[in-house]
Amino acid sequence: MASAELDAAADPLATFRDEVRTWLAENFPASLRGKDNAMSAVDGPTELSPEDEAWKTAMGEKGWGVPAWPRQYGGGGLDRAQVRVLHEEMARVGAWNPIGGMGVMMFGPTLLESGSEAQKQEHIPAIARGEVRWCQGYSEPGAGSDLASLQMFAEDRGDHYLVNGQKTWTSGGQWADKCFALVRTDKTKKHEGISFLLIDMDAEGVEVKPIRLISGSSPFCETFFTNVRVPKDNLVGREGEGWTIGKRLLQHERSSLSGGGSAARMFAGKPMGALAKEYRGEDDQGRVPDQDLRMRIVRHEMDSRAFALTLRRAALEAKSNQGPSAATSIMKNVGARITQDRAELSIEIMGMNGLGWEGEGFSADELNQTRTWLWGKAVSIYGGSTEIQNNVIAKRILGMLDHQ
Amino acid sequence: MAVLNEEQTMLRDMAREWADNEAPVGAFRKMRNAAPAEGYDAAAWSEMGQMGWAGIVVPEEYGGSAFGYLSLGMVLEQLGRNLTASPLASTAAAAAGIALGSSDTAKSAWLPKIAAGELVATLAIDEGPVHDPARIATSVSDGVLTGTKEFVAEGDSAALFVVAATDGLYLVAGDAGVTRSTRKMADARSHAQVRFDGADAEKLGGPELNTKVIDLATAALAAEMLGMAEQAFATTNDYLKTRVQFGQQLSTFQALQHRMARMFTELELMRSAVEGALEAIDAGRSDTDQAVSLAKAIASDTLHLISREMVQLHGGIGMTDEHDAGFYLKRARVCETMWGNAAYHRERFARLNGY
Ligand SMILES: Cc1cc2nc3c(=O)[nH]c(=O)nc-3n(C[C@H](O)[C@H](O)[C@H](O)COP(=O)(O)OP(=O)(O)OC[C@H]3O[C@@H](n4cnc5c(N)ncnc54)[C@H](O)[C@@H]3O)c2cc1C
Repeated sequence: MASAELDAAADPLATFRDEVRTWLAENFPASLRGKDNAMSAVDGPTELSPEDEAWKTAMGEKGWGVPAWPRQYGGGGLDRAQVRVLHEEMARVGAWNPIGGMGVMMFGPTLLESGSEAQKQEHIPAIARGEVRWCQGYSEPGAGSDLASLQMFAEDRGDHYLVNGQKTWTSGGQWADKCFALVRTDKTKKHEGISFLLIDMDAEGVEVKPIRLISGSSPFCETFFTNVRVPKDNLVGREGEGWTIGKRLLQHERSSLSGGGSAARMFAGKPMGALAKEYRGEDDQGRVPDQDLRMRIVRHEMDSRAFALTLRRAALEAKSNQGPSAATSIMKNVGARITQDRAELSIEIMGMNGLGWEGEGFSADELNQTRTWLWGKAVSIYGGSTEIQNNVIAKRILGMLDHQ
Repeated sequence: MAVLNEEQTMLRDMAREWADNEAPVGAFRKMRNAAPAEGYDAAAWSEMGQMGWAGIVVPEEYGGSAFGYLSLGMVLEQLGRNLTASPLASTAAAAAGIALGSSDTAKSAWLPKIAAGELVATLAIDEGPVHDPARIATSVSDGVLTGTKEFVAEGDSAALFVVAATDGLYLVAGDAGVTRSTRKMADARSHAQVRFDGADAEKLGGPELNTKVIDLATAALAAEMLGMAEQAFATTNDYLKTRVQFGQQLSTFQALQHRMARMFTELELMRSAVEGALEAIDAGRSDTDQAVSLAKAIASDTLHLISREMVQLHGGIGMTDEHDAGFYLKRARVCETMWGNAAYHRERFARLNGY
């Protein structure tokens, strides 16, 4: 990590750095320093304080919530080095990015690549300002890992499509304004019969039913579409091109799920060793007394560091124009494994205190840990399960054949 | 499967039939949703009492059947399969403590009631969030016991406590000087903090009895875990045979077949280890402590593996509260933690073997 005490004179980006510092000093409310991003909550929208609102508006107007996106669509228009400076300076004052969600993570980048000029003008600035929530309409009851078998049908009615069918596991569907969906426009072809369509969630005929998760929260839905009229303008790319666009979006999803932005959050919080000492005490040499646990903490710590180093290596390799690094293919799986190991170890360290559900006798952190553990079981399932990722690695990277 | 005598076979078949017909996982779900204060279905518990299950380890002269721990384990295994919430394991462990240590008067006062299923009893040992019988501060002076016990299973409803104090095991009967605070945990079963503030206590035995009774409770829990692992595995195996993706049943994918084969392998080892511990107890073998640590360590690891895989292999549906997978996952973790997790028992096993 770069030090905060960079010598301004030796820094070619000194002017930009000064600009960022000044802007942050003027716009980042000191009271929000080091707080969690209220909008990153998995359980849905939370009440925003006036400070939160002000911060979000300021970042949205500046375009720095999506710093690398083009200026003409409301992005920051910054180059890689400037983005790094921005992140460093934000970290220095304990600021965080209030602009997020599926629009930022996956839909925006995809639309920038594949959308028409009019679609970009319409949708990207609103995402950059954090005004519109998007949800992902991919999975169906019969189409999970095998996404290409989806059935939701969009019938060509001249100036519009008439959409009928069901999606499921739609994260945030109950709070979303819009949905990017994969739909079938041709029943005779498998992959080539799929199109990428943008649907208003408040359109007539769209109905959501929240589903409760094992962690107790209901962040996702079954989503039903009955005779929903979708203007033809909402087709991204050409009809039948949806599979290619949809897969590209999944790449954006996987890279943001596995590392990048979330890596910092993944390693945030108390180090496992310190947590273990807090709950288990220490032996007369100042070590975690349970040797078996201690060794498993070490394994986890080493895995995490190797992962962080791999993230860095992949970024450097990509930058030096060698093309995407082979290492990127393993990121989603390793990220998922480390996230889950961390949660498992934490609750093991806490013992019964790490398994509280509600009520008295547990601290807020402890109750939160139970939910984090249970919720975290999803990271190896969504966005392409671990098994599907392994299939992809075996086939695409290692050149192994399908045995079926 | 252990070699069972005729009585044991009958008992096991009856328990299996009862659990499947009267207490499927849906019954646990109903109980969870209704959230009764005692943390189990009272009607089901009363049926278990009538079937004599609460008296399986109670001597015959006190109204029990003295069938032993393998028999108790068979029943708990069947209950574990369907996640049936009951105070059977706790009550049996406490009954064993009383049978081994208390005065004849106390035995005649309590054991027949326990055997009839009229009374819920439990062990109150640990004073922190992890099992650590070496760290006990509860003490007795002038016949009254003072101390705080954490996460006491069935602590919400128990009328009788077998309590660990600094110098051994005590019996606390009655509510004077006893305060309970419920602890709502992920498994939706009964756990409570129990405070004893000058409660009348009768001594059952020294620290050796404490260790012995904990071993009995641990082996009983391992039997419940065996049932859970067995059913979590079977449910997953069935699912893979019905769920179709890529135009084929998931069970046709070799990547999944090998994982199921590995789990099946571990499950077989788990069964041997758990039954081995129960048999060691019944035979009064001197290496029972080792057999129990072996069983609990392997049971913890195997149930952990299978319950995690159950969620993973069910995909999105396994993450929903609507599906049973989450119930197995949550209870598995609590069972792992109770009476010492795998790490604890590996450490104890090493110590018992002198290395
Ligand atoms: C919390 C959560 C949020 C989600 N959010 C969204 C969302 O916003 N939008 C959306 O569209 N979807 C979402 N999903 C759905 C997610 O993408 C799917 O659950 C996932 O693709 C798996 O599909 P499935 O659930 O149908 O499992 P299945 O495809 O039925 O798979 C079941 C198991 O079999 C394995 N498997 C399947 N095929 C193979 C194979 N060929 N080889 C080896 N193993 C295989 C899988 O890896 C998995 O372990 C979400 C899921 C979760 C859990």
